[in-house]
Amino acid sequence: MIEIRIHGRGGQGNVAAAELLSVGAFMDGKFSQAFPSFGAERIGAPVMAFVRIDDKKIRTREDVQTPDYLIVQDYNLIGSVPVLDGLKPDGLILINTEKKPEELQLKTTAKVETIPATEIALEIIGRPIPNAIMIGAFCTITGLVRLDAVQEAIMGKFPGRVGENNVAALERAHEIMQKR
Amino acid sequence: MLKQIEGSHAVAEVVAKCRPNVISAYPITPQTHIVEELANIVGQGKLDAEYVNVESEFSAASVVLGASAAGARAYSATTSQGLLLMSEVIYCIAGMRLPIVFTIANRAISAPLSIWNDQQDSMALRDSGWIQLHAEDNQEAADLHIQAFKIAEETNLPIMVCMDGFILTHAFEPVDTPDQKEVDNFLPPFRPTNIVDPRWPRGIGLFADPRFYMETRYILHRAMEKSEETIKKVSEDFKKAFGRDSGGFIKTYKLEAADVVIISMGSVVGTIKDLIDQLEEEGKKVGLLQICSYRPFPRKEIYNTLKDKMNIVVVEKSISLGRGGILASDVRWSFPRAEKKDRNISSFIAGLGGRNITKNDLRYMVEKVEKEPVELEFLGLNKELISEKDL
Repeated sequence: MIEIRIHGRGGQGNVAAAELLSVGAFMDGKFSQAFPSFGAERIGAPVMAFVRIDDKKIRTREDVQTPDYLIVQDYNLIGSVPVLDGLKPDGLILINTEKKPEELQLKTTAKVETIPATEIALEIIGRPIPNAIMIGAFCTITGLVRLDAVQEAIMGKFPGRVGENNVAALERAHEIMQKR
Repeated sequence: MLKQIEGSHAVAEVVAKCRPNVISAYPITPQTHIVEELANIVGQGKLDAEYVNVESEFSAASVVLGASAAGARAYSATTSQGLLLMSEVIYCIAGMRLPIVFTIANRAISAPLSIWNDQQDSMALRDSGWIQLHAEDNQEAADLHIQAFKIAEETNLPIMVCMDGFILTHAFEPVDTPDQKEVDNFLPPFRPTNIVDPRWPRGIGLFADPRFYMETRYILHRAMEKSEETIKKVSEDFKKAFGRDSGGFIKTYKLEAADVVIISMGSVVGTIKDLIDQLEEEGKKVGLLQICSYRPFPRKEIYNTLKDKMNIVVVEKSISLGRGGILASDVRWSFPRAEKKDRNISSFIAGLGGRNITKNDLRYMVEKVEKEPVELEFLGLNKELISEKDL
């Protein structure tokens, strides 16, 4: 079973990111579960969401505590909340920042990847919502969920221009990560 | 059709296919996406129902009471404080034998304010004469609603379909939502037998002086006990019609060879099953007895299934303050006191106010009861937050 934890701030589309990954995994023929770390969500407050993907029915309901993958939608959360807690030593952390992975000097043996998702979101979507870019980068690096399955999930949830813009942002993230 | 869907939306979709005539709810926290989605479905003209927006949960319950008494198939959803505010009407609905179905998205009770999951809310209404069915996952939550309307209308008893708030209501997972024709074939149109109608003036639930009141309680109690047969039969019929095992009275997992038996209900049984598999690989035999119908309580099933089991542990998300585990009390009462005095029934309270219940917590619980029985323990309690002067 693959476990993913998404860290972000209220308003960054954390729960939507988890949902879209799970719907994409479902379209890929896998079993999947997505749920938020529940709270009185407010814009800007640190929030979490969780995704599990497996080849068989997922039964457990505990929060993801030892993730294989971390998606961090706001770099500034590192240091203010224990983002790295439980991350598997051979796991991967994807962070939304303009900095390069080696500049961050994170205390982990896991692989570190970065992408300036907010910048891309402002350019393509016109709003600082990085989730589609983060998912696009994540799927490109890990190959865990097919990119077109996530695209279909996005268009299913946000038909019309919002969806199209997010799909364009997702494709940009895919191009950037492929070049690395 | 199998789809990846949020629990609340799956329930809303299935409830709509049960063709309720009247839906009433109070759309403010504590609520779920269930009634929001049902409002959409009615608003889009996909369901021919009266959706009554009200000013409080008390009114929501009162509206469905009146609607049901007038012969409508009526539905509402609530949780936590909302359910408590309804409680006076909840008792009336049962006393009037109105076959109303509610979804309870189980959540903690104030004070202090907590919006998170536990099962104290429906537990507070356990003695009201409502059938209470608990879902393990979102598939079962959806399926139970189809069964609930049928059971309610065959028994003239109201039903709470309980699903863990947030943990299930806000989780995306695969749910097979049946199509309209399948639901129509299983659930016939409501033919009310207990209505008020100006053409044949009568009243229900009016007034009973001491000569009559006690008999109404006796009859209601017997009806609750008797509903066991209907709950089982409808669950079996559901399996035949839809090919899925959903609902019923109790379910078991790897019980036969088990040295330790865990009893629980709701979504935590999924985590428990995963732990049981892990422990099995390590050579430990642990089994599960899952309560599907909490009211009526499966006393005989528990006794018959577990009469040779000597180490039982109950883990539950509610407490009777000053008494202890509520489900544990029910389970302890299921075994005759005189018989097998060395049978241990331990009691753990877990997950109150949304505290995460991990496999590690549950593993600790199993290891503890392997050594000694536990009268009452709070699982995952942070003792650093409690000082001597608090106690």
